[in-house]
Amino acid sequence: MNVSSLSFLRKFGRIIKPKNIKSTKSIFGTRIFHKSFSSSTQSPPPAEGFMPGVSESKFIKNTSEDAMNNRELLEFGVLDGETKKMNLFQSINDAMRIALATDETAVIFGEDVAFGGVFRCTLGLSEMFGRDRVFNTPLTEQGIVGFAIGMASMGHTAIAEIQFADYIYPAFDQIVNEAAKYRYRSGGLFNVGGLLIRAPCSAVGHGGHYHSQSPEGYFAHTPGIKVVIPRSPIQAKGLLLASIRDRNPIIFLEPKILYRAAVEYVPIGDYELPLGKAEILKSGKDVTVVGYGSQIYVLENAIKMAEKKISGLSCELIDLRTILPWDVDTVVNSVNKTGRLVIAHEAPQTSGFAAEIATTITENCFLRLESPIQRVCGWDTPFPLVFEKFYVPDAIRCFDAIMEVVEF
Amino acid sequence: MIFACRNVWSRKTPLNILNRKTTRFWQFSTKAVKEEKVKFPGVTESYFTDKMQFIQSVNPIPTYRVMDRQGKVLDPAQEPQVSKEFALKIYKDMITLNILDLILYEAQRQGRISFYMTNYGEEAYIGSSAGLDSQDVIFGQYREAGVLLYRGFTIDEFMNQCYSNEKDYGKGRQMPVHYGSKKLNFQTISSPLATQIPQASGAAYALKRAGNKNCVMCYFGEGAASEGDFHAALNLAATMQCPVIFFCRNNGFAISTPAFEQYKGDGVASRGIGYGINSIRVDGNDVWAVYNVTKAARQLAVEENRPVLIEAMTYRISHHSTSDDSSAYRSKEEVENWMRFDNPIVRLRRWLENKNWWNEQEDKSYRTFIRKEILKSFSKAEKLQKPSITDLFNDVYDRPTPNIIIQREKLKKLIEKYPNNYPLKIFKNEGEDL
Ligand SMILES: Cc1ncc(C[n+]2csc(CCOP(=O)(O)OP(=O)(O)O)c2C)c(N)n1
Repeated sequence: MNVSSLSFLRKFGRIIKPKNIKSTKSIFGTRIFHKSFSSSTQSPPPAEGFMPGVSESKFIKNTSEDAMNNRELLEFGVLDGETKKMNLFQSINDAMRIALATDETAVIFGEDVAFGGVFRCTLGLSEMFGRDRVFNTPLTEQGIVGFAIGMASMGHTAIAEIQFADYIYPAFDQIVNEAAKYRYRSGGLFNVGGLLIRAPCSAVGHGGHYHSQSPEGYFAHTPGIKVVIPRSPIQAKGLLLASIRDRNPIIFLEPKILYRAAVEYVPIGDYELPLGKAEILKSGKDVTVVGYGSQIYVLENAIKMAEKKISGLSCELIDLRTILPWDVDTVVNSVNKTGRLVIAHEAPQTSGFAAEIATTITENCFLRLESPIQRVCGWDTPFPLVFEKFYVPDAIRCFDAIMEVVEF
Repeated sequence: MIFACRNVWSRKTPLNILNRKTTRFWQFSTKAVKEEKVKFPGVTESYFTDKMQFIQSVNPIPTYRVMDRQGKVLDPAQEPQVSKEFALKIYKDMITLNILDLILYEAQRQGRISFYMTNYGEEAYIGSSAGLDSQDVIFGQYREAGVLLYRGFTIDEFMNQCYSNEKDYGKGRQMPVHYGSKKLNFQTISSPLATQIPQASGAAYALKRAGNKNCVMCYFGEGAASEGDFHAALNLAATMQCPVIFFCRNNGFAISTPAFEQYKGDGVASRGIGYGINSIRVDGNDVWAVYNVTKAARQLAVEENRPVLIEAMTYRISHHSTSDDSSAYRSKEEVENWMRFDNPIVRLRRWLENKNWWNEQEDKSYRTFIRKEILKSFSKAEKLQKPSITDLFNDVYDRPTPNIIIQREKLKKLIEKYPNNYPLKIFKNEGEDL
């Protein structure tokens, strides 16, 4: 999110007596603030936080050649085209631009969407496509999703934005009882396949209870909807286009910490990435490590640490990408090879999606398992602001779990 | 000051329903009164008519004010009879809030606290806290720090919360500005919008059942009033006759969304009428108007168990929060004009000066004094440690459940194993008490 200019703030700050306040320095005085802080050029952290490791990730496509080296893109004829450097919010914007350009029925709406959205994902789209296709709604999530269901029931494509995943719950009834059951309850007479709900999710470093949640588990418990979480700009664009065009209602959760932190060379053409298909990011023979979204970069670091610690150790990292329906085969095949499994997500452990994966793997790979499956998750508490570092499944905790399954 | 829709409340007493002379809210219906009464169970006050008429609007609801923008009283009969001390308390709180906002906003810009939201331009809502009893219960949204200030929340208490330090009542768990105070009857702020509105109705019903002569005051924005919870709350309060005041701060924006995209009806006040609730619109930059309506609303709520809806018209001078840059959706000129020409603090100050209760010199020295106090408190709060890490696991339930105990143990072992991975030093007891 854009940060405001200090001069603007100061102007607005000085409500009555402008002359009393000359600068940051004079408000606070160096006596109170440490010198290094008293500079007015010091900038606050961005609203979506920092994720320092991402740019060094091996999974980030830093060059055009890197980006094009992707077999999943073969069939879309984008591999000989151009790429453009984009961060996550820009690639999401690009996907929505293509969706609107290629589908006359497609519309985008939600709170503050018209001016570009609080995370800038819809920037420029209302100017490009008009306010009847990209518009602000009144502040009502149940209304937004219900409205989207109605449009989709008429065969239109409705792309609804929920400003934060933490605020999706007013729409829970519309999603779980309506969207998810529309096809089934009508015997297939009606469906809302054109429905897509986007929402920024997960930790950002300072979000506290209500700007940090990862609610995928609630929706993964709902037959009839699909849940998708991308890890990078290239992935987001292809998965979002596929999700918009898929003939089922989909919840698309965007790890907001990656909006600016993840930058890749993204093919500018129209392409899709497969839903329900995990991706093996790194193959290995000893431990299977499963995650999705921003957690992938944490797991990458944890694996690096473990492989450094135990020479010869090799871990296989799988990005689930689609949470529902998830790619059981890829994970089962991997665990049948490695015999060990570590799963990580930020959402609380109890009844989290890791529990589902662990059970399925136990059912399918019981005789191959060399050690108990390890879950590394948020603790069973609300997401706590000041304790975030202790709460999230960070690299050390994931590393520790890998060591645990290896040394069992 | 008139509360719209008085007649709706006549429903309570069947005798009144028969009294055809009651002033009717719906202008068109004066003639219909003479027609046959509708007996269907879904309405109590309708008459048959042979005129087909769709009703798109009723008369616009007027905006009650006591002072003009220069602080001049329009009708002396409406001027509240308050003491100098009382008026100065309100004025000083408005100034304190303004300076507190300025300092904490800057602190966020410098990365010292993680988030902040100011009250710039809306300070006159403090008049509403002055119209309440201190035992009345408050359910807020987030832009009502002045209500707490008026009730006696100290600068230190504000600072401790914004710094998430060991003295924060919320134990560092929520973002800045999510204040709460048990002793001041102020329920802790929660970010999800509008959730507090039906809760306020329920709390009010509990007060009524307990026989307390108190009410609940519930604050929210005109944006939040679009949530389903708002409508549920008003309908419940009306049907259950709850002593609750719904106070809508209509500041023209919900982040970037202007009020005219938020609704097409006559603001938020008109909705109360639809629910059979006494409703009024007030100049939200006129502290005495806000004070008067709140006092009167409180009387209705407490004496007659009638919910009341107050819509206070104002303008959000500040960006929505530290995460927002409002120049992306409104002009600086617009904002500056509001600041310059309709400032609630200036208005009250002029009123005080007209009475010779305050002058330039006093103003200057009070500002200097309070700024110093705030800065003192600020640096004190900054130096305090964060809450104990055990507080990560407390209060999920009344006492820790087995899974939580196991997880706390697990974290303890992790910290022992990898002490360098965690910023233990900044937390009280440095993790020793886990
Ligand atoms: C349920 C929910 N949806 C969305 C948000 C994000 N959000 C926070 S404040 C805000 C605007 C609120 O506007 P309004 O109620 O008018 O109050 P104001 O900020 O103007 O005081 C939004 C959309 C939220 N906090 N909760």
